[in-house]
Amino acid sequence: MSRTLISQAQLRRGRGRILYWSVLVGVLAVCTLVFIGPLYWMVTGALKSGQEIARTPPTLFPHDPQTRNYTDAWNNLNLAKLMFNTFYYALGAVFFQLVFDTAAAYALSKLRPVFGNVVLGAMLATLMIPAMVLIVPQYVTAIDLPFVHVSLIDSPWALWLPLVANAFNIFLLKRFFDSIPEDLIAAAQVDGASPLRTLWSIILPMSRPILGVVSIFAVTYVWKDFLWPKLVMPSPETRTLSVGIYAFSGGTPMNVVVAASVIAAIPTVIIFLIFQRNIMAGLTSGSLKG
Amino acid sequence: MATMTIAPETGRAQQQPAKTRTRGGRKLRDNLTGYAFLIGAIFCFALFSWFPMIRGIVMSFQHTKRGVTSWVGLDNYVRIVQDPSFWTAWKNTFYFTVLALILGYLVPFVVAIVLNELRHAKGYLRILVYLPVMLPPASALFLFKYYAYDPSDAGLFNAILKFLHLPTSEWMQSPTMTMPAMVLASTWMNMGGAVLIYLASLQNIPGELYEAAELDGAGILRRIWNVTIPQTRLILALLAMLQIVATMQVFIEPLILANGAGTQDSATSVAYLIYQHGFFQNDLNGAAALGVIMLLVLAVFSAFYLRLTTKED
Repeated sequence: MSRTLISQAQLRRGRGRILYWSVLVGVLAVCTLVFIGPLYWMVTGALKSGQEIARTPPTLFPHDPQTRNYTDAWNNLNLAKLMFNTFYYALGAVFFQLVFDTAAAYALSKLRPVFGNVVLGAMLATLMIPAMVLIVPQYVTAIDLPFVHVSLIDSPWALWLPLVANAFNIFLLKRFFDSIPEDLIAAAQVDGASPLRTLWSIILPMSRPILGVVSIFAVTYVWKDFLWPKLVMPSPETRTLSVGIYAFSGGTPMNVVVAASVIAAIPTVIIFLIFQRNIMAGLTSGSLKG
Repeated sequence: MATMTIAPETGRAQQQPAKTRTRGGRKLRDNLTGYAFLIGAIFCFALFSWFPMIRGIVMSFQHTKRGVTSWVGLDNYVRIVQDPSFWTAWKNTFYFTVLALILGYLVPFVVAIVLNELRHAKGYLRILVYLPVMLPPASALFLFKYYAYDPSDAGLFNAILKFLHLPTSEWMQSPTMTMPAMVLASTWMNMGGAVLIYLASLQNIPGELYEAAELDGAGILRRIWNVTIPQTRLILALLAMLQIVATMQVFIEPLILANGAGTQDSATSVAYLIYQHGFFQNDLNGAAALGVIMLLVLAVFSAFYLRLTTKED
């Protein structure tokens, strides 16, 4: 490993070594407290009764842990339905992003039709537009699609279609496809493979890592998104988890709201723990060279 | 008329021999194939990015009443600017952005520098720092709202302050604490991404630079100032801009933590005002005008910022 700010030798000897270990222990303690502490408080707080949560000073461990808040949240907020909705939207988002964004990135990287760069430029330009600025005209578009005059309210298409318009994904995929040698594609063409066949049999199998990153980002994006699903999925039957919990938060005891929040966070935390390497690699590769 | 339409046809047939014609046909077919692959993405971009961008600007000069749309010039802008909340919202948004810059910009860089020096538990620490980023913001904010910022002594933060014999706070119920509390929650939720990006760029710094600086007698702080910061300057500048553009659009923090406006309007943000106008006051045109104002402010800022950072080279 190459040296960093402080040299390896300095950390191994005498005072440096003691200092290093005390800093390490300190950092571990502070980080655990700061990043896991609130999550511990959230999970155990929702195990407390209404009286216990109001006690001063607050109790570190629930004295009489009860799962009632969690079961109440699950039943009263209809979390099973909300979770199914969110999951369904997330799967659709993965599917449509993979299909349309990979196809587009493939065209821009390998097929290069005329004005391909103009199209790419117009797509990348959307990265500069703040999301809040578009929210009103996007909503107006979704409630009354131009020419066909169909409303997408409460339809999953209202979530899926805008997600395909993701310039960051197209950029990420295109850059990956650019690194695939042209010779491979030429060889396939000589063998008489159509562009679709080339994409399916040569490009995609080589691109599994980047496809994984795009899929994971799509799932977490849908799981975390709030304002857009709140606007276009207003009915109780079509809401996402976050929107549903927010909608119920007004008339629900706070412990139950927090219990519901814990349940809503479990899937993304599990995804993160499983795919953390891919997520972190995708995050840094996408932004560093961008 | 008749000769004019015939002329180019015959002209083309004479000029182009059969060979180039088939090549042209193949080229056309290749282009069509290319666009067949692009069509899905182009359709979605057109419908939900390009068209709304234009439509937002058009809408801001129009007024729609009972299905009848008419041009009203700057009326929407005048109405939006005269709304007393307009200036409060901008003041709050700038305040949030500046506070978030002080806390949310400095902290990830310092954390990344410290983490980069540690030789143990690297994976664990990275997971920890990024974990909050994976939580749905609504979940994390309910935790802050109900447990951390509970204004009574039963709240987590007040209990800690009391334990340390420091004065407790009313948090979201105090107009002066509202913003710092929102920035704190927002930084906790979002800093992981920046830390990981800094860590990746810190690892690209050649070790010889530190070696040379140390031989010249530079202490740790000096090495950070003379090696680390110049070497990561580009990414530092880029993330500062991205963070400012993101924090200027702060929305969910005021909505959940402060129920929107907050105590004495201390939390209203510009993005929340857009939401208010568009979806509660039934004033989509006014909301569009506010969106255009926000776009202009951010565009002017970005242009100015890019000029400033590229000038140094």
